[in-house]
Amino acid sequence: MSLTTDQIDAARARVPLAFRDPLPVRLRRYVLWSFFIGLFCWCLYDFNITPARIWEGLARFGTVASFMFPPHIWTEWEPFADVLNGLGETLAIAFLGTLLGAVFAFPLSFLGAKNINRLNFLRLSTRRGYDVIRAIETLILALIFIRAFGLGPLAGILAIAVSEIGTFAKLFSEAIENTSSKPVDGVKASGGSRLQQIRFGIGPQVNPVLLSILLYNFESNVRSGTILGIVGAGGIGFLLSDRIAAYKWDEAWSIIFLIIAMVYLIDWLSGLIRSRMIGAQSLTK
Amino acid sequence: MTATSDFHAESARGDGTIARFENAYADQRRRAQRAWLIGTVIFMIVFAFTAWIGDFFKVAQVTMPDGSREWRWIIPAGLPRLGEFIVKMIPSLSWDSLGADLANWFWRWKTWLVLLVETIQIAFMATALGVVGGFVLSFPAARNLSPNKWVLFLTRRYLEIARTVPELVWALIFVFCFSVGPMAGVMAIGLHTTGALGKLYSEVNENIDMRPLEGVKAAGGTWFDQIRYGAVPQVLPNIISYTLLRFEINVRASSIIGYVGAGGLGQEFRTAMSFQEYTDLSALFIIIFVTVMVIDYGSEKLRHRVIGMEARP
Repeated sequence: MSLTTDQIDAARARVPLAFRDPLPVRLRRYVLWSFFIGLFCWCLYDFNITPARIWEGLARFGTVASFMFPPHIWTEWEPFADVLNGLGETLAIAFLGTLLGAVFAFPLSFLGAKNINRLNFLRLSTRRGYDVIRAIETLILALIFIRAFGLGPLAGILAIAVSEIGTFAKLFSEAIENTSSKPVDGVKASGGSRLQQIRFGIGPQVNPVLLSILLYNFESNVRSGTILGIVGAGGIGFLLSDRIAAYKWDEAWSIIFLIIAMVYLIDWLSGLIRSRMIGAQSLTK
Repeated sequence: MTATSDFHAESARGDGTIARFENAYADQRRRAQRAWLIGTVIFMIVFAFTAWIGDFFKVAQVTMPDGSREWRWIIPAGLPRLGEFIVKMIPSLSWDSLGADLANWFWRWKTWLVLLVETIQIAFMATALGVVGGFVLSFPAARNLSPNKWVLFLTRRYLEIARTVPELVWALIFVFCFSVGPMAGVMAIGLHTTGALGKLYSEVNENIDMRPLEGVKAAGGTWFDQIRYGAVPQVLPNIISYTLLRFEINVRASSIIGYVGAGGLGQEFRTAMSFQEYTDLSALFIIIFVTVMVIDYGSEKLRHRVIGMEARP
């Protein structure tokens, strides 16, 4: 025996509150939604977004996308070598930027960890320092370093390194704070100095975590390294923006596909390294 | 004391247990050292190669104070210029004429305020588009919810391409399609956000409890009913939390996207850089820094409330 629509209606009439939310909840929901929709409509009006413009833009995008097929294939070595060089520069920027960032962040992270640095004032001011570094966009850092070191990958490397100092120092110090104090007590009980306590008590606990943070950030830096070239800081981005500026869409799409392929490859490789170097440890944890 | 005497007794007996242990230990150590050595050599080769590609060993010509030109290693050659640049960004503020100095520093504040509002509008619209797109696509992109294998494959590839291509590259393309202005920025960041949020949302979807969906199915619900009444209520708190996080990221992204002509404060960076208005740059830094901090703080508070809602039974 199943319920008919009439029975449901009768039940709804008898106990209306069981079928709908109380008035304040509904009211809050209406206000929230109308606020968001109003904001959205205001933006639409402000940016002069009309169906005609969207349609026109999509039609143009369709034209641009139609150049994807057939993709451009470099038949001569010279221009293809340029592209490979750009991809290599992007990888070099990501690799060295991550490495330099980690090298500088490592000592700083101890200053920001609660279980190492017991001076509250010093620790908190170090942490705000990390925040300030992280607040500056990598692209803007790249613009600044281009002024100092000229166009080229070095500016990109330094830009990524500086912005990674902030990220790494924060993540590393959180990893250090999450360690157990028991091994440290053990080293202390057998007469270890403060340095030995950190080396033998904390080190083995955080090393796998630090390595996995390092690999994750390397991956994300490969992605951000691809755009630094747009402002002239080396890497594949320069070639890409150059091709787009010259309306060579087929080459631009091919470069985009090469970037995607490279990012895939890096993801896969670092997944492999991660499982080899830290897989065993993380299982025992 | 018996432990030591036992040890001596055993080694005196010489049945080889200790010797075998020592051999095995030495073997393990040798193997670990060899792996370490190979790893270090590979690392050094990669390091040297990338350093060479990355212009680390380049030498540049610098002008000495006495006017002569000399070849110097690039890093020490560039550092003084970096210092100069940073010094130039610091505005001259004196206590007596603080008001006038500040007015001089933020002399374009009216334009900047308009562009700042535009930046936040771009971030808001792009987040809204990304949330709608990511939300709709996260269900067919989740392994446990997707109606069939082909839909799963296609949506996943679409989301991957949307997020692997950086928003600045999408902006370069969309500036051509939608002409210069905030609309291109909205589309570019929106598309990238769709990819990024679609992935996060679909991971949330994959971790849900399937029993409510089976309940809806048993009561005769279609695939849409199952998603609407079985899945959505479970994933909503997580989705709100990820969305707020993304809004912060998008505010940063839209503050630089103007560099390629897609609206927002970024275009001012470009002008200030090319006209060498260094104090303008520091003023823009401060504006963006304060905005991002305020938004971070506000959305963190909101997120904690949402997470609190989630934790409540």
